[in-house]
Amino acid sequence: MARAVSTRHKVVATTAAWIVALIIFFPILYTIITSLKTEPEAIKGFNLIPSFTLESYVTVHTQRDYFKPFMNSVVISVGSTLLALLVAIPAAWSMAFSPTRRTKDILMWMLSTKMMPAVAVLVPIYLIFRDTGLLDTRFGLTIMLTLINLPIVVWMLYTYFREIPGEILEAARMDGAGLLQEIVHVLTPMAVPGIASTLLLNIILAWNESFWTIRLTTTNAAPLTAFIASFSSPQGLFWAKLSAASTLAIAPILIMGWFSQKQLVRGLTFGAVK
Amino acid sequence: MGKIILKKVNKSFGATQVIPGIDLTIEDGEFVVFVGPSGCGKSTLLRLIAGLEDTSSGTIEIDGKDVTAAAPAKRGLAMVFQSYALYPHMSVRNNIAFPLKMAKVSPDVIEKKVTEAARVLNLTNYLERRPGQLSGGQRQRVAIGRAIVREPSAFLFDEPLSNLDAALRGTMRLEISELHQQLKTTMIYVTHDQVEAMTMADKIVVLNAGNIEQVGSPLDLYNKPDNLFVAGFIGSPRMNFVKGEAAGPWHAPTIGIRPEHIRLSKESGTWKGIVGVAEHLGSDTFLHVNVEGIGMLTVRAGGDFIVSHGDTVFLTPDDARIHRFDENGKAAR
Repeated sequence: MARAVSTRHKVVATTAAWIVALIIFFPILYTIITSLKTEPEAIKGFNLIPSFTLESYVTVHTQRDYFKPFMNSVVISVGSTLLALLVAIPAAWSMAFSPTRRTKDILMWMLSTKMMPAVAVLVPIYLIFRDTGLLDTRFGLTIMLTLINLPIVVWMLYTYFREIPGEILEAARMDGAGLLQEIVHVLTPMAVPGIASTLLLNIILAWNESFWTIRLTTTNAAPLTAFIASFSSPQGLFWAKLSAASTLAIAPILIMGWFSQKQLVRGLTFGAVK
Repeated sequence: MGKIILKKVNKSFGATQVIPGIDLTIEDGEFVVFVGPSGCGKSTLLRLIAGLEDTSSGTIEIDGKDVTAAAPAKRGLAMVFQSYALYPHMSVRNNIAFPLKMAKVSPDVIEKKVTEAARVLNLTNYLERRPGQLSGGQRQRVAIGRAIVREPSAFLFDEPLSNLDAALRGTMRLEISELHQQLKTTMIYVTHDQVEAMTMADKIVVLNAGNIEQVGSPLDLYNKPDNLFVAGFIGSPRMNFVKGEAAGPWHAPTIGIRPEHIRLSKESGTWKGIVGVAEHLGSDTFLHVNVEGIGMLTVRAGGDFIVSHGDTVFLTPDDARIHRFDENGKAAR
């Protein structure tokens, strides 16, 4: 009897999970479906069966250059992530292994900057970018995204490093490991999974960031987010082309996410699940 | 060789003095147990010897050499931690081999030593596993293996068995004692469990609030405790203390009598009391008896002494086994 109940329970839970997953995934699915429709089909209304035309992709590709914004996205997201890690690793390290009375306050203060609406600082940032010549440059955007994501990167790494037990480092010291050997043989192998999932998550965050990337770029440094936005332009709204552009923009990150999902899940649930 | 001498060793964390200044000599080959309640400074003392904490003042000598300022690895000691502190990303083999690799020992010698340690500790079949795939007892053996291969002048154990269940703790206690018989190397063992201390030690150091209360063999501490603290800490169940008027016939402000040194009778005796709780262990029965004018006393009876809650019993302390203490809690002999 108990077995039957647990099987029924499992079926219900699995069905519910599938429904929730489908609801979450539906906007992406509908974007892909719409991208395979013709323009008249796309504006006609809700329809799940497209005519499977690649017309929009061809137009998107010939009308606008996909490669340049793609490369901009790669440079900006990877660049800002590496830069953030460069700053955050030593910061998180010192806070995790030699905390002071103020460590918690500093962490909270860092995170509190994420609670401020970005639009509140749009004008001053825009003016600073304009005056320093950083507008529409990859460098400027990389710096911007580094700063935006830095608090999250520090927090994630801090939680990871905190999980490395101090006794293991002491054991290494007793075993005769010098500082360099301690870092190479013990610390790094234990910290790498944490750093890797922080890196992955941050690349995704930076890739998807659209507030600053759209507002601080026009053509030269415009990443894929700006590329998508450019299809809702003065010439009118082209749903199919917009969807094709969106599909192209999210494809790389979707593929990357698929291959690294194990790492990502571990990263996101770290500390919560032991 | 592993003679360790502490001279006026003092440790403060900021304004808090944890170890006020300890003098202690640990002879080569001795099994010494530091025992005391939580927060008494026993682990700190061990970490000072290991070099994981810096001494605030005083000196630590190992085999005649002053190592007070030496790095942990330079002291020739090996430590087994409470949490095992194994390297989770390395196999058992690499965990055990790690200190040898750090010492740049040749691969042939490493292989030989690791194999031998694994054989001694029954780990041969687990050498390729990661620590995460082992049980608590096996992990503890790996930690011991990692310590053995270094052939240290002394082993330091920091509450190594407290994460294990009761049955396994008993087995590991025996294994560590056997290891000491085999290796004859100095071992310093920290625990809050007085049973571990009594069963394993050649010499017990009882600590309280950073001070050494008494140093001696297990039976010395049991038979001749220097003060109330040691008397209450060593022995299980703990010693009964009788104060005030009831202690008068023995001419002391406080007397102590162990549960096993009180004779029980259902007919007559020195003290009359009512049985509260009776704990039947089979071999023994521990009775908690509420005695008029004294309070609760614990008494050990034979397993076949049948009483239950509310029964009246008579207690007679064994005069020869009574411990007398003065106003300051020191033993009056």
